[in-house]
Amino acid sequence: MIEFHSVTKRFPDGTVAVDGFSLVLPSRKTTVLVGTSGSGKTTLLRMINRMVDPTSGSIEIDGADIGTLEPVKLRRGIGYVMQNSGLLPHRKVIDNVATVPMLSGIPKKRARTEALQLLDTVGLDRSLANRYPSQLSGGQQQRVGVARGLAVNPNILLMDEPFGAVDPIVRAELQQELLRLQRELGKTVVFVTHDIDEAFLLGDQVVILRTGGLIAQVGSPAEILANPADDFVATFVGADRGKRVLHLESHSDGDVLVDADGRLAGVLAGGTSPSAAAGAKAAPEEKAAPEVKAGPFAGSGAPAQGGDPR
Amino acid sequence: MNFFADAVAWLFDPTNYVGSNAIGIRVLEHLGFTLLTLVFASVIAIPLGFFIGHTGRGRGLAVGTAGAFRSIPTLGLLTLVALSVGIGLTAPYAALTVLAIPPILAGAYTGFEAIDRATIDAARAVGMSEGQIVRKVELPLSLPLLMGGLRSATLQIVATATLAAYVADIGLGRFLFTGLKNLDYAQMLGGSILVILLALLLEGIFTVLQKLVVPRGVAAGRPTDIWAGFTKLAR
Repeated sequence: MIEFHSVTKRFPDGTVAVDGFSLVLPSRKTTVLVGTSGSGKTTLLRMINRMVDPTSGSIEIDGADIGTLEPVKLRRGIGYVMQNSGLLPHRKVIDNVATVPMLSGIPKKRARTEALQLLDTVGLDRSLANRYPSQLSGGQQQRVGVARGLAVNPNILLMDEPFGAVDPIVRAELQQELLRLQRELGKTVVFVTHDIDEAFLLGDQVVILRTGGLIAQVGSPAEILANPADDFVATFVGADRGKRVLHLESHSDGDVLVDADGRLAGVLAGGTSPSAAAGAKAAPEEKAAPEVKAGPFAGSGAPAQGGDPR
Repeated sequence: MNFFADAVAWLFDPTNYVGSNAIGIRVLEHLGFTLLTLVFASVIAIPLGFFIGHTGRGRGLAVGTAGAFRSIPTLGLLTLVALSVGIGLTAPYAALTVLAIPPILAGAYTGFEAIDRATIDAARAVGMSEGQIVRKVELPLSLPLLMGGLRSATLQIVATATLAAYVADIGLGRFLFTGLKNLDYAQMLGGSILVILLALLLEGIFTVLQKLVVPRGVAAGRPTDIWAGFTKLAR
């Protein structure tokens, strides 16, 4: 469990990145900090491993004030994954993953064996172990970054916009991988993003921030979506624009979900079943409409967040 | 052309390869003097450059000082030091060390500065101590630029080391000063050719060294690297 107690961070130039921030991040759950640039989300994340020290207030991990801990030792016990992987360019993939365990005194041979297993865990082929980071694709580099974050078997995993720099298809793939890993490993994940859809997909607890590290709303994705605390939150999640209010429209090609702007958002799971809300309107021959026809719409919009009550 | 033929004749005259003033001995003296000066300058400039590069502190001061050092006329400094400490090796070592410090200092700190900040930030965030960041990340990644600084310093020392013979009995400069005194232009030109050859040799060695110290992963990412191209094609 990570606890922020009225934490404030004022940078030397006078900018207040975070102001009186208090929050409990439950163990073995994913907490997503989401906000635009300047919302202090990265600063908050970096305070957990003391890359940034608060100006006032305190942060506790399982009841211990991290201000009293030695930063280097603290960081070695916390996984850290950043945008653009941050891998050491002059070290092979396997050595990048084994770096921190070896610093902590684990013998080289054991560290390398475990690093190979971690490549399996994050879904990378072992043949990539002897490549250098520059020889990998962006998505592969991010997977190595996650493997390195997991290398010391930390309880806490900090992820700073880890999927921000990869293309949408790879990002969706990595998001699913993270969900799978989290089901298997049950880490306390703190995830920073500016993408609300990503936040709703990955977060057990989502924290929406306004400028200056002020909490706009905390809750599960369903709570936030169903009851936005104010106009700011409603705008941020897209509820005010009707992006999240979907209705079913029948076409000759099949039934599709459409948002309030008229943008196609997706299809109902299970195809165009007549038992669905608007199914009665559907002509009998449309019942047999092959799912293939609905296929092209399946990837557009944000169906999982809009339709799934979670 | 006559001078040149005379110089070549002087270079191949066996009598110039015996005794205390033998060409071989002078070449070794010159080389030894150059390398030792390089060591003196490195001992001062490399740690200072690493400190500036790692902390980002004192950069303005270093750039200013290095610029001022560069503008000091070496012969003037040599004479000045020789006047206070007397004839001998101290003055040329001091004067040429001053000459060699700026390029090494610049190579050391620009090497650190050129590293992607995100790489260093990540190294710190995963739990490397400051010493480990310097040794395991910044040092290996900065070596090519540091080597460039050493190369440039070496070239300056090896050429300017001829001045050492002005106040001491050392190096290839002896042939130049003796030749000048005796109006023996063959010896002067012969000595100059030796200095040039030595400079070219050292330049060649440093060119190879500079390539060798580029970390493999960094070289692998360069589009000009043939082997990286091969592995990419193979995939």
